Amino acid sequence: MTERKDGPSRRRVLKGAAAGLVTAGVAPTIITSAYAQEYRNKPTGDSVTLGFNVPQTGSYADEGADELRAFELAVEHLNGEGDGGMLNTMQPSSLTGNGILGKKVAYVTGDTQTKSDAARASAKRMIEKDGALMISGGSSSGVAIAVQGLCQEMGTIFMAGLTHSNDTTGKDKRRYGFRHFFNAYMSGAALGPVLGEEYGTDRRAYHLTADYTWGWTQEESMKNATEALGWETVETVKTPVGAGDFSQYITPVLNSGADVLILNHYGRDMVNSLTQAVQFGLRDRQANGKDFQIVVPLFSRLMAQGAGDNIKGILGSTNWNWSLQDAGSQAFVKSFGAKYGFPPSMAAHTCYVQTLLYADACERAGSFYPPDVIRALEGHKFDGMGNGATEYRAEDHQCFKDVLVVRGSENPTSQFDLLNVVKQVPRSQVEYDASIFGGELGPYEVSM
Amino acid sequence: MNFQGIFSMSRKDLTTLVIFSIVVLALPIWLQPFGAAYPDLMQKFAIFGILAIGFNILFGLTGYLSFGHAAFLGVGSYTAVWTFKLFSMNPIPALIFAVILSGLFALLIGYVSLRRSGIYFSILTLAFAQMSYNLAYSVLTPITNGETGLQLEAGDPRVLDSMFVAEEAGLPVSNFFGIEMSGIPGFYFCAIFLILGFFITQRIFASPFGMMLRGIKSNQTRMNYTGFNTRPYTLTAFVISGMYAGLAGGLMAVTDPLAGAERMQWTASGEIVLMTILGGVGTLVGPVIGAWLIKYFENIFSSFNESVLHNLFGFLPDGVEGFVVELTSMFVGEGWHLTLGLVFVLVVTFLPGGMMEGYRRITTLFTGGGGDGDKKAKADDTQTQPAE
Repeated sequence: MTERKDGPSRRRVLKGAAAGLVTAGVAPTIITSAYAQEYRNKPTGDSVTLGFNVPQTGSYADEGADELRAFELAVEHLNGEGDGGMLNTMQPSSLTGNGILGKKVAYVTGDTQTKSDAARASAKRMIEKDGALMISGGSSSGVAIAVQGLCQEMGTIFMAGLTHSNDTTGKDKRRYGFRHFFNAYMSGAALGPVLGEEYGTDRRAYHLTADYTWGWTQEESMKNATEALGWETVETVKTPVGAGDFSQYITPVLNSGADVLILNHYGRDMVNSLTQAVQFGLRDRQANGKDFQIVVPLFSRLMAQGAGDNIKGILGSTNWNWSLQDAGSQAFVKSFGAKYGFPPSMAAHTCYVQTLLYADACERAGSFYPPDVIRALEGHKFDGMGNGATEYRAEDHQCFKDVLVVRGSENPTSQFDLLNVVKQVPRSQVEYDASIFGGELGPYEVSM
Repeated sequence: MNFQGIFSMSRKDLTTLVIFSIVVLALPIWLQPFGAAYPDLMQKFAIFGILAIGFNILFGLTGYLSFGHAAFLGVGSYTAVWTFKLFSMNPIPALIFAVILSGLFALLIGYVSLRRSGIYFSILTLAFAQMSYNLAYSVLTPITNGETGLQLEAGDPRVLDSMFVAEEAGLPVSNFFGIEMSGIPGFYFCAIFLILGFFITQRIFASPFGMMLRGIKSNQTRMNYTGFNTRPYTLTAFVISGMYAGLAGGLMAVTDPLAGAERMQWTASGEIVLMTILGGVGTLVGPVIGAWLIKYFENIFSSFNESVLHNLFGFLPDGVEGFVVELTSMFVGEGWHLTLGLVFVLVVTFLPGGMMEGYRRITTLFTGGGGDGDKKAKADDTQTQPAE
């Protein structure tokens, strides 16, 4: 390159670049600087910001959209708009419909893309830029664990949404992370006995498992539960998340000598693998002199909708179903239905409840100071939120409550009536010792 | 090249470097009005800036379009996190290992892929990157922890740290001799590497080696006929740009100690190509601008939801407001890809040389067409061909 004297021309390069950025779009956002306060994002104005981090794209996007609806509803109810939903049925409740501690609730949203990196980036954006005091959401355990770790570092409370892996409140539990949703161990413990009653104690099971933290723990829990019945595990095969085509995994099942297929899949993966298993004629087969059966340990109505007729008669477990008749569930279904025109999914339910529980804990603690709020949540017992009497266990921040065993309905009365509750398994049957999964919660206080 | 030779720069290059440094270091100030002056995004600006400049050494100078650069980013990240786990939370050893390992990896992939050129080269690199992704995603799960991603754990050995520092409660944070590498200090740490990387690129652009690479881009056959063996040159460029990507991956792990397989996915590789083309292939500053634009869209546009839009258009009458919000909400939130796609199409159609061409056109417009042959010549000099 030749030497040139017109130095300023480069300055114009950068001016040009700046102009480019301006035309690209001016952000209607204001920075709140986070200096000189006792804890991160202490609310100073008359509002408090919550961050909702859900998958808006990718294979769990349906769940994410429903979670976001529930969050919006929860914020409405907290601010005293709408019919109040579960605010009226929650016991004990310190919520008055006057925001949280007198501050109006505002919220920001982000897209996790069901990727750990993207989820952490958007959580960081909500914490560092938008001043979010609490993060909630997620529809994949991998993402939930990644975001939970981040929240511990940042000193921001994470109220996990739909995450079912044992690790979330087991090996990877964190002081700042809380989970209302049930986990794989509970699914196994609830489903096991029902499987024994329905299909007998002499069965050979074949597992197809989503290859990440949730799938691994789900498979382990189902294996333990079924082997305790006397079943034999023929083989366990890991499948990549978002595979789309599962035929190469289903073909070997036919000649494996197995008579039960356990699908440890979720979201669109489960819809695809189940549909293909049915198309391969697995359900019409006889193996070892018995009818071949398929089991889907984690069921959700959204997935059932996707799988259509294929789910008829299939057993699984779920955290909550909209057809429950208790006052809390009814109130929630009513206000959700009034706003959106269809019943909520279990993902929506858990996110709604988590938001209310956080708000209630702040009220009871009398402060937004995270360590105080954490202490208020630890060991908290409550009722009237759709699952009966529930407890947030202090040792691992896992909620303990009844678990539903459901069956794909044979004669649905409406397009939403897809799951029949077979059994409400009492809490005592799914409880376990917090130490079996290891892990360490970590400190209450974190440096900022 | 002697010591002085390395540091003697043309005045123009020196001015560029100084202004570039000022702009980068002042990011926290001038990004304020754009709502982007928060540590995480600024760290990303610096890191993806490094990645894009590194990619530009290969694509911009030699014209070899690698579609698998994310693999080196991933290798850098995994190496850095493992260094954290095994040795020390200090970022320096992590970065050294990240750069070395991704360089070796690039040597391996480059050695095979560079036997072909043009589209075949691109497909080969894409194939290798996709292989690495699948390895990280499922086969090498014990090393990479699969889809969950590799994270620090309280029980990690950290042999160097445990010799000098007492164990604290909770997970450790990467720190540079006591300075924690999150937040603003983390950004400045990355920014210094960005400026350093920019400086090295400048030197490469101005060196005979850079000339050689440009020669390969304009006509490799002719270069071969004149007696040059071009492959060592392309391989060197490939390895250098792989090391840049490894550095970027390492820095990602330094500012946020987690490594996931999705960093290696083909979409991540494609994003790097987009950044470079959007900014201006073969220009010094262009790729950095492209990287910043894409990261800005990804982080800021995706965060707008309807309530933000209602605030923004609140001044409009009710009916109009509803309509405008409805219309714009398609392009923000989960629709940010749509906006990015539109911008990309517009840039490629009207400004094939990227944002930098747009800048040049504006300057020629303001300085007038006549009596400006000198400037025009310069523009032609730095003008580069769009993607092949």
